[in-house]
Amino acid sequence: MDLFGIPAPLLFGQLLLGLINGAFYALLSLGLAVIFGMLNVINFTHGAQFMMGAFVAWMLLNWLGIGYWGALILAPIIVGITGIILERLMIAKLYKLDHLYGLLLTFGLGLIIEGLFRNEFGSSGLPYRIPAELTGAWDLGFMFMPVYRGWVVVVAFVMCLATWLVIEKTKIGSYLRAATENPALVQAFGINVPRMMTLTYGAGVALAAFAGVLAAPIYSVNPQMGSNLIIIVFAVVVIGGMGSILGSVLTGFGLGVIEGLTKVFYPEASSTVIFVVMAIVLLARPAGLFGRS
Amino acid sequence: MVEPMLSVKGLEAWYGESHVLHGVDIHINQGEVVTLLGRNGAGKTSTLRAIMGLTGRRAGSIKFNGDELVAARSDLIARKGIAYCPEERGIFASLDVTENLLLPPQIAPGGMSVDEIYTLFPNLKERARSPGTKLSGGEQQMLAIGRILRTGAKLLLLDEPSEGLAPVIVQQIGLTVRELKKRGFTVLLVEQNFRFAQTVADRHYVMDHGVVVDHVANHELAGAMDRLHQYLGV
Ligand SMILES: Nc1ncnc2c1ncn2[C@@H]1O[C@H](COP(=O)(O)OP(=O)(O)O)[C@@H](O)[C@H]1O
Ligand SMILES: [Mg+2]
Repeated sequence: MDLFGIPAPLLFGQLLLGLINGAFYALLSLGLAVIFGMLNVINFTHGAQFMMGAFVAWMLLNWLGIGYWGALILAPIIVGITGIILERLMIAKLYKLDHLYGLLLTFGLGLIIEGLFRNEFGSSGLPYRIPAELTGAWDLGFMFMPVYRGWVVVVAFVMCLATWLVIEKTKIGSYLRAATENPALVQAFGINVPRMMTLTYGAGVALAAFAGVLAAPIYSVNPQMGSNLIIIVFAVVVIGGMGSILGSVLTGFGLGVIEGLTKVFYPEASSTVIFVVMAIVLLARPAGLFGRS
Repeated sequence: MVEPMLSVKGLEAWYGESHVLHGVDIHINQGEVVTLLGRNGAGKTSTLRAIMGLTGRRAGSIKFNGDELVAARSDLIARKGIAYCPEERGIFASLDVTENLLLPPQIAPGGMSVDEIYTLFPNLKERARSPGTKLSGGEQQMLAIGRILRTGAKLLLLDEPSEGLAPVIVQQIGLTVRELKKRGFTVLLVEQNFRFAQTVADRHYVMDHGVVVDHVANHELAGAMDRLHQYLGV
């Protein structure tokens, strides 16, 4: 079976790959958007924290015998706590200064964390096996769909949806939205805004670590895995509009798919297509597709 | 003699380097409605913000029910029982009317119920699901006042609630302030609308250049008109 002169398995295979990449773009840019909305800090440590999620999963397995399912819950908590410590000790000191300082600090922290892991574990990468429950593939008729990849797309989507629901439909979410608009007034109503900022940072970091655990069986666990991905994720955030929750999710999945399709129709451009889209969007809508200028 | 509920002495406040309050003295007794009058830039808003912990550095003394608040963080000040309705109203665009209304957390028992607030401001009930900033100016003002009545705070700081509103809405706000007094709230009200202030308050402070320059009881107001007109520049 051919579609547009392309064999269907190739087309759908690339679409699926695109969706999987999109799932990671969405999860990571969602965390960045939540952090930026609340803290006004562009968290350049995000890629390193994604990588830490994968490494913590590996350590839990190899040092403590805790498998994938435990890691999916524990790694985000552990890495989220390291985020809370970073926020309290360093990032919180910079809120009164220009954006640029937060950016430089988090960028530097990302490099330091990556360097520490490279020193300790080398850069060749460590294997992490797909959990037994999620091995194998489904025969969809037109292609084989590896179960684990389907799982990643679904679980990332559910996670994005859950985050969106928490922010849009709950009491805590209303505090978060209000504090994003006017933190001083929210604090003057008796809400401990500094603590909310700390917890928000921890939650955004936990989301990155969660994505890291999901990624561990797909990509090899290595210190660079975050920095390779994060550059694209920043382009996604810029395209979607800094601080827009729904925007970052839709843009994440959408750009993953566009990237996948480009691999089929014009492979030479597949690694640059997202940046081309970014340039076009910035020219037409400087605040991003979903951003408020 | 009973201690005043709020007693502000020698209050100074800064925004960064700029020194805006130069020793403000005011006190409010439990159950009173007291206004701060004064022309634009006199320091009325800054006084409310300083009480609320929303300016930069502060010095002097702010005693509320015996607690010294001049160095306290604004969320802790709110939790002592002071609620603030800002001049710009501070309605959140990303929250609907109900969410705006329910945003300030309850800090003490004895606040008004949502139903009572809707009875006071029926418009808000009709617009419950609209985004907060889609309301008219008058409705936004009602929302800004309504949301601080739930919390159990007993001292309300209202910054020019009549500003920029049509006369019938100003009247409704006046009724509301009198109703709040009847319910036992204590109110510090910033006003430039002299006539409005006269209909709701027990006493008036007049501010100029960051200090209190005069003090008039409401029943002495007629005799003090000439003096006040000078301060207020009307
Ligand atoms: N955020 C701010 N930063 C610096 N100066 C301010 C700020 N807000 C007010 N001021 C100054 O403080 C003085 C008092 O202002 P304000 O308290 O708003 O007066 P009022 O409410 O009586 O009109 C004015 O000179 C004003 O310019
Ligand atoms: Mg003012």
